[in-house]
Amino acid sequence: MESPPPPRPSKTALFLTYGKIGLVGFGGINAWARRTLVEERRWLTEQEYAETLGLGQVLPGPNALNAAIMVGERFHGMAGSLIAAGAMFGGPLVVLAGLATLYDHYGSLPAVDSLLGGTAAAAAGMVVGTAAKMAQRLKPTLGLWAVGLTSLTLSGFFRVPLPLVLLLLGPLGILAAWWAGRAREQIAAGRERPEA
Amino acid sequence: MAVFWGLLSVFSVISLLAIGGANAMLPEMHRQLVELRGWLDDATFSQLYALAQAAPGPNILVASLMGYWIGGGAGLVAATLGMLVPAAAIAWVVGGVTQRLAGHPWLKAVQAGLVPVAIGLILAAGLTMAAASSGGRFDGPGIVWLAVTLVSTLFVWRTDFSPLWVLAGGGVLGLILAS
Repeated sequence: MESPPPPRPSKTALFLTYGKIGLVGFGGINAWARRTLVEERRWLTEQEYAETLGLGQVLPGPNALNAAIMVGERFHGMAGSLIAAGAMFGGPLVVLAGLATLYDHYGSLPAVDSLLGGTAAAAAGMVVGTAAKMAQRLKPTLGLWAVGLTSLTLSGFFRVPLPLVLLLLGPLGILAAWWAGRAREQIAAGRERPEA
Repeated sequence: MAVFWGLLSVFSVISLLAIGGANAMLPEMHRQLVELRGWLDDATFSQLYALAQAAPGPNILVASLMGYWIGGGAGLVAATLGMLVPAAAIAWVVGGVTQRLAGHPWLKAVQAGLVPVAIGLILAAGLTMAAASSGGRFDGPGIVWLAVTLVSTLFVWRTDFSPLWVLAGGGVLGLILAS
């Protein structure tokens, strides 16, 4: 089902791809980064992208930036990091400066308001749909499902601050993944000796 | 020049304190820029945030936009560098370490264990965005926006078409409803 991985992207390809991710990245850059890197270019598997993003969440700073730095580093070291992050932020920065000027003049028009409102509603759906797609494809174990749903509940419904969610659930997730890994190994080893 | 260094230091600190995306940093940005320093008023702060949300690119560019508003071109550079450079340096080091240690069982567990947390947080962000866009109302325009969100969710989840189609569709529907 999985096709063989394509060769390592060139620096030019890395620049162009991250430039595109930045410029089309309406309403949540991670949804677009996942789509481009996993579905279109196939530079990373679903699992690799999810792991990179997961690490990016735990590190301080914007997680889209952290993920871009790590993807760039993976393919081209420090140069790759600078290319990926620079391309992702450079284009949108120019657009945003232009938009700020326009907004100054036309921001009070009701049509602008409803245009932004409709786009925001669709963007929310895009983010939810991306999470659903990832969960469906990664086929988490029961323990990992529980961690994911708790993370959703704490952050989405109880508004627990993010550092606290990560501090609480990070160790639980790692434990669940550790168990899942051991279970797989034992099955692979032909269940020599069942655990007491 | 004082504003340049001020913006640089404020955003460096915010970037390193706030774990998570732009939304996690927002409360601290408000405290620093509006409450402590008085560089922005409340209304401008919210408008700039909405504008950055609507624009393409990482939502964290809201920092650059606010820097621009406060200190012109130099402010934009200061805020952007402050927000990006310290965090990028840390991510680069960690990225290198994970590459070198790839395959270690405990590292695999750490990476795989953070995946469900990340997905849960993405989902939570999406639901928060949906609640904000519908204004938490289940009548009139609120229900229309919720329907748009639902259609967009299914579209992105169940098909491989570009999400740009639903984003454009949502924008056009908004225009039609308003006229």
